[in-house]
Parts: sequence; structure tokens; C-alpha cells
Amino acid sequence: MGRMATDTAPEGSRPRLDPADLYAVDQLLGDEERLIQLTVRDFVRERFLPQVAEHYAAGTFPRELIPWLAGLGLFGMHLEGHGCAGASAVAYGVACEELEAGDSGLRSFVSVQGSLAMFPIHRFGSEEQRDRWLPEMAAGRAIGCFGLTEPDAGSDPAAMRSHARRAGGDWVLSGTKMWITNGSLADIAVVWAQTDEGIRGFLVERGTPGFSARDIEGKLSLRASVTSELILEEVRVPEASLLPGARGLGGPLACLDEARYGIAWGVLGAARACFEAAVEYARSREAFGHPIAHFQLTQAKLAEMATRLVQGRLVAHRLGTLKDAGRARTVQVSLAKRANTRTAVEIARAARTILGANGLTLDYPVARHMANLEAVLTYEGTEEVHTLILGKAITGEDAFG
Amino acid sequence: MNVVVCVKLVPDPDSVGQLDATTHRLRRDLAEPVLDPGDEFGVEAGLRLVEAHGGEVRVVSMGPERALDAIRKALAMGAARGVLVTDDGLGGSDALTTAKVLAAAIGREPFDVVITATESTDGYTGIVPQALAELLGVPAVTFASGVVSDGTALTVTRQTESGSETILAGLPCVVSVTAGVNEPRYPSLRGIMGAKSKPMDRCTPVELGLEAVGGGAAAGQTVVSVTAADERRAGEVVTDDGDGAHRIVLLLAGARVI
Repeated sequence: MGRMATDTAPEGSRPRLDPADLYAVDQLLGDEERLIQLTVRDFVRERFLPQVAEHYAAGTFPRELIPWLAGLGLFGMHLEGHGCAGASAVAYGVACEELEAGDSGLRSFVSVQGSLAMFPIHRFGSEEQRDRWLPEMAAGRAIGCFGLTEPDAGSDPAAMRSHARRAGGDWVLSGTKMWITNGSLADIAVVWAQTDEGIRGFLVERGTPGFSARDIEGKLSLRASVTSELILEEVRVPEASLLPGARGLGGPLACLDEARYGIAWGVLGAARACFEAAVEYARSREAFGHPIAHFQLTQAKLAEMATRLVQGRLVAHRLGTLKDAGRARTVQVSLAKRANTRTAVEIARAARTILGANGLTLDYPVARHMANLEAVLTYEGTEEVHTLILGKAITGEDAFG
Repeated sequence: MNVVVCVKLVPDPDSVGQLDATTHRLRRDLAEPVLDPGDEFGVEAGLRLVEAHGGEVRVVSMGPERALDAIRKALAMGAARGVLVTDDGLGGSDALTTAKVLAAAIGREPFDVVITATESTDGYTGIVPQALAELLGVPAVTFASGVVSDGTALTVTRQTESGSETILAGLPCVVSVTAGVNEPRYPSLRGIMGAKSKPMDRCTPVELGLEAVGGGAAAGQTVVSVTAADERRAGEVVTDDGDGAHRIVLLLAGARVI
């Protein structure tokens, strides 16, 4: 049997493979997507990472970065028109990956603004609503949030208690929304409520009488991100604040598909950051007279992590390609969100063991990512919900409820 | 104001460089190529001048086909158009050859200011800016730590060992800028996506009227051998028996560093 050509060149004389990208998935990116990747990576490394530990410890989001994120054009970057960049789905995914290599809270901020607040206005809003809000939100001058989950309705949003009734030419909303990212930062909330016409979406502005937001304290995950409770007590909004294009649960679920898509990429950024920290640590930390990278148990962990990273990135890229072709299906988004988040959780935990006790401190990124990813495993469809979406697509049997 | 900024694609400076054993040239295939970080300051300086006084930034580079990536990043930051001079024969060009090629590309059109970094992050010869100025027949103002203009001349701050000096330079001229002259902007998504519709020319030295330039035998300078520097000796360990600080001070004083 002849030797294969690819095996003949000695490794040392060839370009070094990036351990975090052993299949050169980056080479699947176009020139433009690659430049977006490198730009967001530079931004995160230079502007975000130096201060993230401090914000994480304090439980605050670095609000001074909002104009920078807007300047880069990241808010609503995958939407067309109204001041949005109109980038490809793959480009949006790559940006999410780089943001989350910083922190899941940073990616969450951008996801919520673009996919959960701007997207429904873009998709379901009136022309007037689009003109009023999208340019301001793209520029970061208006921040949005998305109110679907309630204290007693998470995975089963149809069980929501928030409701809206017509009163003259207005609507009156009542209810409570829970676990709302950017809630108290938001100038505009997309609120979903039961009505006589089924579930409808409303744009509720900050300062509207009866509407308030209260931050949720004591989180041990996503600490560099604002999470709030929204309280609506007989909040009167004009007819013009109703999103005309959304009726029923399909409206909010379409938004979730957008955000879940970004997560499928984003979590791999967090995973990569953990993997790279683990590799660096393993090469420098010594035990029993050797760097711990010398030991087979460490190498087995790193080999598994590198493999899972490649697999996750190939899934994300394929999903992005389908989405750009207008062919991505909900079950495909669920598969990627579920698989890649699980991958990231496991990579973070394995990295943590390589860093030993240091892996538990804010001096390294691993504990922060590990704690964040627990929230990501739950939000935007729990792992269990995505399992049932897959199960239904495979068997035709609906196992919800 | 028409500004030309010279840029170069270099192996990522964060990677460890390696020389080819036979040609003694840097192995450019071993690291991710990037726009020389020093050049980002030049692009930013150029963009600020045209934002204040109108005109456009033209980016000029000499390098392999991939150097288009460096130009593309400058276009994404806001430059109007780019020119790449590329030819296999240019590989291994020395600084003078590089300056001749860049000068020929720059001189094809009128210009007011040519901006460069003080040196490239791979070759570090540091003489291209001055050579360019000489070949273009204009003054060179080097090591600028500040550049402003009233539209008719440049006011350039130069950092010196004892302080700084301010120089008023007429146009046209060549300015080399130091890192830290400004804070380079990040390319915006819109800029990145708009870059592909900006004009990007490719030409060869022959098309610029340069017949006998290039690397290898055509270069005026050849590296004949490379010798590794001596490894640094291990430091001296001072074990503290209560007088450790005093002994360290004596050591430092003996080495004349304090």
C-alpha cells in the first residue's frame, strides 16, 4: 500500500494546526466572515476581557461597552435595513462565538438586543414601529428586552398568565415576567400576553405607568449580565404598540429560534476559551516532575475536548449554511443548541479539573464560563425541551405534556 | 487631502517566528498572516486626516496574493481603495527594493501625505520610510507621535529622548507614525461588508515600469548566514538569611543598574 501524500511531510515543517480548530473549520468561512471573526475577537480581548472578572464579581454588566458594540454594528447584524448591517447567518454565528469566548453574558446582551427584541419588531412590527425603534436599537441608543417566561411558566409558555384586554382604543396589560435579560436596562420591552385573540406581542416603553423592572439578585451564573423581573400592573398602551404580525405562540417561538441559533455558535466560544486555558495550564503546571500535559489522563481530556469542539463547530457551520439558504428548520436549531451547549458544559467541567483549584477562581476564565453555561443549558429552551423537539421530529409522537 | 498609507501583511506577531534553514528568510507559512499591527496606526492617522479635510485614503502594499487580506482590513476600517504590487520574483526583497516598488505605486497618482509605520513587525529594517521619501523627492518626518493638519501643512509631534519636538511640514511629505499615535478603530460590520465593493488593484513591478527589481539575485542585499544568539546564563539565586535585600541591592549596584 502506498503512503498517502498527506502523511509524507514532517509535521514540524508544516503550518501548526490550531489545537482549538483541528479540522480548520475556520477555512470554511468566507473572507468577510473571517474578518468579522477576527475583529470581534480583538474587541473582546482588548476591551472586554481586562474588566470581566471585576464585573462578574460585582454582578454588573459593562454598560460603557454598549456604544462600542453598536459601533461594531453587532446589534441586529443579521437583519436587513433600518440601520442594520444585513450580515449572513454564518457571520452572526461567528460573532456570537467570539462574544461568548468573552462571556456568555456579553453574548446574551447582543442576542437579546438583536434576536429577541429587534427581530420581532423587524419581523412582526408595523412600518412605523420599525422606523421608530430599529435604527435607535442598532445604534445602541435604545436597549430592548424580551418578556415571555413567567414565574410559573417557563418551558410551557402557553400557560402564561400575563394578559391584555382592549380598553377603548388602548390595551391594558397585567402580569409578571421572570428571568428577563437586560430587563432593567431596557428602554423597550417586547411583552407577550394572552388576549381574546390568542397570544399577542406588545412594545412596552420604559416609564409607562404601572410598568417596572426589578433585578434578580444572588445569581451564581451569568453574573456579568442583568437579569430582571418585569412587573405589569394595569399598564395602558396604545393600539400602535401591538405587534400586528404576530398571533399565537408562533410569534415568540420564531424569536427563540433566532436566539437559539446564536447560542449554538456562542457556547463553542466559551468552550474554546476553557479549552485554551486548559491547554496553556497543562503545558506549564508541573506535577511529579513533568508538565501535567505529559500525563495520559490529561491528554485524554484534551483530546476529547478538541474532538467535541470540532464536531460542534461543524454542526454550527452546517446550520448556518442552511439558515443562509433559508432552509434551517426548528428541529435543526434544537439539535445544535442542545448538542453544542452540552458539549460546552462538558468541556468547561473537564477544563476545570485540569486547572485544579485554580479552575475555581476568577483569575482564570474557566469557572466563570462553567457557571454561565449552566444558565445557557436552561435558557432558550431547556435541554429537556430540545430533546422532546428532536423526539417528536424523529418519532412523530408529541411527548410534551 | 489625498493620503496614501503603506501596509504590510506579516505573520501574526504573537506567534513564534522561524527562519528557513536554506534561504534564511522568515517562514511565512507557519503563522496566521495579519495586517501589521503597526500599520493600523497609520491607517487610523490617514482616516483622521481625510475625515477632517476631505479627500481619500489609498492603501498600497507589496506582498503575496494574500496581502489582499491586509488591504481588505484597511478598506474595512474606511480606506477608499487599495493597490497590491505582487510578483513571485519580489519574495525576499530587501528594504531598498521594497521602497522602490512602493514609490512607483504611490507616484502613479498625485498625493499629499504618505503614511507608514516606523518599521515592519517582521523585517524591522526601519529604513523604508526614509527611502520612500528620497525616491519620491519629498521630505520625511519620522517617528511621529502626533499628526494634525490645517489642510495645507502637517503639524507633527516627534518624541525624543529628552521630550518632544513639533515640526511643521509642507505637503507633500512622508510621515512615519509610532504605535500609540492614536487609537485605531475597529472595522465595523458595515465597513467589512462594504470593503468588497471598493476598488482593489493588482499590478506587477513591470507594469509600474520597474524592470530589474526583485528578491534573490536581483536584491542588492543577501543574507549569507544566520547565527543564534548565545543563550542567556541562568541568574544568581540569593537565599535570604535576613540580609537578602541588602545583597540584591549590592548585586544590582555591581551591575550598574541602580
